[in-house]
Amino acid sequence: MTETSQEAAARTSSGFDHTLYILRANPVTLVAFGMFALLIFSAVFGPSLVPYDPLATNASNALQPPSAEHWFGTDNVGRDVFSRVIVATRLDLSISVAAVTLSFVVGSVLGCIAGYWGGWPDIILNRFLDTIMAFPLFVLAMGIVAALGNTIENIIYATAIINMPFYARLVRAEVNIRRDAGFVRAAKLAGNSDLRVLALHIFPNALPPMMVQVSLNLGWAILNAAGLSFIGLGVSPPTAEWGIMVAEGANFIVSGEWWLAVFPGLWLMIAVFTFNLLGDGLRDIVDPRQRT
Amino acid sequence: MLATSPRLRATVLRVAQAIPVVVGVVIISFLLTRALPGDPAVYFAGVAADTESIEQTRVAMGLDKPLLQQFFIYVGDLSRGDLGQSLSSGRSVAEDLAKRLPASLELTLSALLLAIAIAVPLGVLAATRPGTWVDHLCRVIVTAGVSLPTFFTGILLIYIFYYLLGVAPSPLGRLDFIYLDPDHVTGFYLIDAALMGDWETWRGAVRQLILPASTLALFTLAPIARMTRAAMLTALSSDFIRTARAAGLSSRTILYRYAFRNALLPVMTTLGMVFSFALGANVLVEKVFAWPGIGSYAVEALVVSDYAAVQGFVLSMALLFVALNLVIDLLYAAIDPRIGFSSK
Repeated sequence: MTETSQEAAARTSSGFDHTLYILRANPVTLVAFGMFALLIFSAVFGPSLVPYDPLATNASNALQPPSAEHWFGTDNVGRDVFSRVIVATRLDLSISVAAVTLSFVVGSVLGCIAGYWGGWPDIILNRFLDTIMAFPLFVLAMGIVAALGNTIENIIYATAIINMPFYARLVRAEVNIRRDAGFVRAAKLAGNSDLRVLALHIFPNALPPMMVQVSLNLGWAILNAAGLSFIGLGVSPPTAEWGIMVAEGANFIVSGEWWLAVFPGLWLMIAVFTFNLLGDGLRDIVDPRQRT
Repeated sequence: MLATSPRLRATVLRVAQAIPVVVGVVIISFLLTRALPGDPAVYFAGVAADTESIEQTRVAMGLDKPLLQQFFIYVGDLSRGDLGQSLSSGRSVAEDLAKRLPASLELTLSALLLAIAIAVPLGVLAATRPGTWVDHLCRVIVTAGVSLPTFFTGILLIYIFYYLLGVAPSPLGRLDFIYLDPDHVTGFYLIDAALMGDWETWRGAVRQLILPASTLALFTLAPIARMTRAAMLTALSSDFIRTARAAGLSSRTILYRYAFRNALLPVMTTLGMVFSFALGANVLVEKVFAWPGIGSYAVEALVVSDYAAVQGFVLSMALLFVALNLVIDLLYAAIDPRIGFSSK
């Protein structure tokens, strides 16, 4: 008993060492973790820390360039751009986290069923996924939001639907290669039900590659949601959201008021960049062979 | 005949595989037109409709019939090229889309050519000189490129090249108003103007095209460069390259004749994904640059709740994408040196 626990301890510590080693060898991943912490911090505490009310207008102070008072300047109705950019973090992150969670759960369930039992559910699922992937994904998201109605919830559903195939395919492949593995047969012989074996013995093996996918996907989900609100879907005007702020600022770029569009765009870019770096870093930790 | 038959069979098989996908696409777009919350007839009749015109729309669209019958009516309409009536323009959606499609294709294709022209050499250079500045440049571009929101890059480029430097024309459409539109032959301004021999207009069209095409190219460049680099690295480390080296072939022959040709195959497959991104990003770029293509048409239609136009756009984009994927796969079969030999 003590022997096995020692062995387990040794294994986790070597995994931990490996992680530390990767982080030391790749400082970019460390920076990405730092930026990620900053994003989470501004999403959680941002709204209570910003210097101005993101919705308070002040016509006498409109279109001011960045200054010590207003770090990112003010917009056409005198709202503080810095406060709006920080406050928007919560909404943008919530949309993408909700969408990715939804596609993670639905994709996992569908992928498990198709990968474990095969047969006609597998065929139907594959046909269905092929059909979704046959659309240019952003265009499909546009169509879904247009069809379901123009609300934030539908932005989340649309983003979840277009991301779902990636998870379902990944889980299906990971489950499929293990459904006849020795440890699975042993678990079944020991009297575990199919569902239990699937959920507790096979599915956890799919988690590491799924985590990489989640991180890469979060960045893409943010881009997608911001793109949808840029063309006027989902989030409606007074709300602070990066995509819609860039869209509003775009009208002023040709007359030189760059700060309206550039700062929210920059923040959006940093957020996406963080998740992409994080995904690449996680992939190095989880599966060093896939490095390109 | 012996040499062509496996290739032919692969082609026929691939075309047959596209059929269920098209059926699926049609089913999904049918569901999208009928999934509107509440009464679809109200939506399709428009904002200003009264009870009578709603009832007219319902009968005209066959919404009073059972769902399955509606579906067959929908398919019948589609096979005649009828995508419904646009409320905002008053013309048929198919007509509107056909008129604006060349503008979108001109933008997407020139952006893609630009991206391939930069990304493929960059990827090859990065793979042949690992660890040098080219390799690092490639890595930075690849990571930054996928993180850039296209609409933001577009606005940034407008600010720099139009407002600050004043070298770009105003970002409004395909041609400045001082030029006359070239005669309509293909709908591609660059080709039409060249056919007329009107180089003044041609230059004007190019000047308008450069910024939006670069915006889109920056976005599509990243996956192509990444894949080229990875595929070249795999090809260069494979056994047949070692054999070729041992046989004393020149490094040029090895690189271009053997490694590059094999590396092209995975790059071709990623082009499908790249097209998916490019067609989506196209919508955003068209909005930023007021480009009169089908993307900005769909965005305008969304704003005024013109559902027939939006769903017609989604369906035609999907069909375009299926067709592009088919072409890519057929090209793949055409350039793959192994097909036709191994399957004998």
